[in-house]
Amino acid sequence: MSSTPSESTTSGHDTGKPVGLSVNGHDLLFPPLPYDIHARADKATADKQLLDFVHVATYRKDVTRRQVTSAAFGEKHGDFRELGAAIKQHTLDHLDHYIEKFVDNATAAGVRVHFAQDAAQANAICLDIARRAGAKLCVKSKSMVTEETQLLPQLEAIGVETVETDLGEFILQLDHDAPSHIVTPMIHKNRQSVARAFERELGAPYTEDPQELTQIARAHLREKYRKADLGISGGNFLVAETGSVVICTNEGNGRFCTSAPRVHVAFVGIEKLVPTFEHLGVMLKLLARTSTGQPLTVYTHVMTGPRRAHEHGGPDEMHVILLDNGRTEILKPETREMLRCIRCGACLNACPVYRKVGGHSYGAVYSGPIGALITPMFRGLANYPDLPNASSLCGACYEACPVKINIPKYLIQLRAEMVSKRITKWSDRLVYRMWARSLGRSWTYRLGGWAQKLFFRWQARVAGTLELGDPYRSRGWLNDLPGPAGGWTSQRDMPTPPAKSFRQWWDEQNRP
Amino acid sequence: MKVSLFVTCLTDTFYPRTGIAVVKVLERLGCAVDFPQAQTCCGQPMFNNGFTDEARELARRMVEVFEDSEYVVTPSGSCCAMIHDYYPQLFKDDPAMAERARKLVEKTYEFYQFLLTVVKVDLRSLGAKWSGKVTYHYSCHLRGLGMTDEAVRLIQQIEGVEYVPLPKAEQCCGFGGTFAMKYPQISGTLVRDKVACIRDTRAAAVVSNDAGCTMNISGSCRRENHAVTFLSLAEIIAESLGLMEATAV
Repeated sequence: MSSTPSESTTSGHDTGKPVGLSVNGHDLLFPPLPYDIHARADKATADKQLLDFVHVATYRKDVTRRQVTSAAFGEKHGDFRELGAAIKQHTLDHLDHYIEKFVDNATAAGVRVHFAQDAAQANAICLDIARRAGAKLCVKSKSMVTEETQLLPQLEAIGVETVETDLGEFILQLDHDAPSHIVTPMIHKNRQSVARAFERELGAPYTEDPQELTQIARAHLREKYRKADLGISGGNFLVAETGSVVICTNEGNGRFCTSAPRVHVAFVGIEKLVPTFEHLGVMLKLLARTSTGQPLTVYTHVMTGPRRAHEHGGPDEMHVILLDNGRTEILKPETREMLRCIRCGACLNACPVYRKVGGHSYGAVYSGPIGALITPMFRGLANYPDLPNASSLCGACYEACPVKINIPKYLIQLRAEMVSKRITKWSDRLVYRMWARSLGRSWTYRLGGWAQKLFFRWQARVAGTLELGDPYRSRGWLNDLPGPAGGWTSQRDMPTPPAKSFRQWWDEQNRP
Repeated sequence: MKVSLFVTCLTDTFYPRTGIAVVKVLERLGCAVDFPQAQTCCGQPMFNNGFTDEARELARRMVEVFEDSEYVVTPSGSCCAMIHDYYPQLFKDDPAMAERARKLVEKTYEFYQFLLTVVKVDLRSLGAKWSGKVTYHYSCHLRGLGMTDEAVRLIQQIEGVEYVPLPKAEQCCGFGGTFAMKYPQISGTLVRDKVACIRDTRAAAVVSNDAGCTMNISGSCRRENHAVTFLSLAEIIAESLGLMEATAV
């Protein structure tokens, strides 16, 4: 029991291990760079159990999203997405104005607003607040931004025991694991692993009953809320006109974290602003339906300043740390649209690749289609060369996105940047340029097609798979091609062209 | 109605019978079909891999080749989407070219988009007949064209066809052009999922409308020992109208 979070206080330093059970800083989300996706993706696709969880869960969520959005918005769904996109785009186009408004109004409400240029600054601000408050125990609600800044190990290093209170994140923390989905962090885990973690780390009797598991977590966490002197949250939205921070949760843990402890610190990316409450309403309707298929999340918590004199509940101090950490770089006009993201996770659920490889294969805090865009932007394209490329560009993400981020378009844009910055291998650059040249004239195009046909059909003849019959239909099959085509035949057979092309038919008809 | 066929490079070489079927169906519907011989490739492989300059030159060629056409029809959702989604943007620094590209966009149709929106065909009134159990593979690029169940509506107009919906129809087959070769394991896992869904339908034929998807899925069916016939929508329509010999399934 020595490793239970409740007992792991500063004494943990002695063992040389980080205090508590933090998973931030985990190499799952911060692997050595440059990151190559193949090893993890290949392992994930071979893991039948993982495929079962992630594929089934994401597929169901995607189906629910479509049913719920069409039931709620019907024919107007497109208009609604258009509106959501316009609200976010407008705010980003005038971000300086709205940040200023937010800061003025939040400050007037008694909030201390801090600016952090990067992760290190954000963490330093938070540590300073924790030190001044003399904090010993921190309860934390779910936040992707604190994953991004790797806050937890730092808090623990100064002796602040930090407990994740979102059920999924809590389990991940106990199990030394890392989130693999923006909204459903433990989508890759099953009930058995939760039962084992509770048994091992909390000394609870082994049970796989979800109700009992929830009760175990609840009993453990309630005690923490009561004792905590620091509460940390993220923020789903910031409302400029009132200086409010909005968090959406389904477990109510966010409310405890932000109102029970004496000090509340919210970590929020600068892109989370919306101008007014009227706009917030639109965004909340979209967020809940596209992320979890609910009409509204169970708890939508709007916080405007710390506890006022006449109020009984709420923190004495409320801080908002506005984080840049690469966002102003994305704010340039060519990529600004990416910042509309409200982290609903719909693109992950809709993505065929995410369904097959899971979140950890992306080697970053943000996974899935939106992660494939913003991770290279945040952490360098040369560090994540696979992320923009490991996509079939099927467009399911774009269709699912409530704020209409044209993800396939931007994936291609990043690929183009890789070519122009020569991150793309020189051999690839040579092949594509020669290929393009051969397609640039009809005679070289015909010659290329003819040579390909001859080679493929000759190989098929050698392999004994060449079918005879209709010259426009009968073909052969190859199962072991050399070079890059070997990637194809490692998985499936390659059809050869039939004996004659369409052009030959056209010519034989004596058509003009 | 004058229609120019943009056959696409993959259909030309790998699926010539689809091109022939498009010509026969369009002619049966009273269109005068021509085939501009200078056409090659729309530039999609270059564009999708970030070779924008190379793609632009191929796009320029396409705009020139089809400049005089009244309608351009292609049996490929992805090539059609390439023209619609990206051609004007490729020439954003050249307003005159961008305008010519927009004209090409306006007159370019995916084959059955053309049948439904321009010709407004009703296969029932033409006496279309085809016998067998059929499922349909929805290609992802039709999303970009705003198309959903158009092909299914056409298939259901054919008498004798027993149509079975494909489970998880909206999930990509994992082709994605060079993606299939660069990320074989991911692509292979996706296409095997597709084959399992096809197997579940017990259909004798899969109707597909993109040469890339067909190469991928048929190659995987063969590897996984699932015997099923692949037909393009143009082929099944041509066969149902007696314009081509019916495929035995």
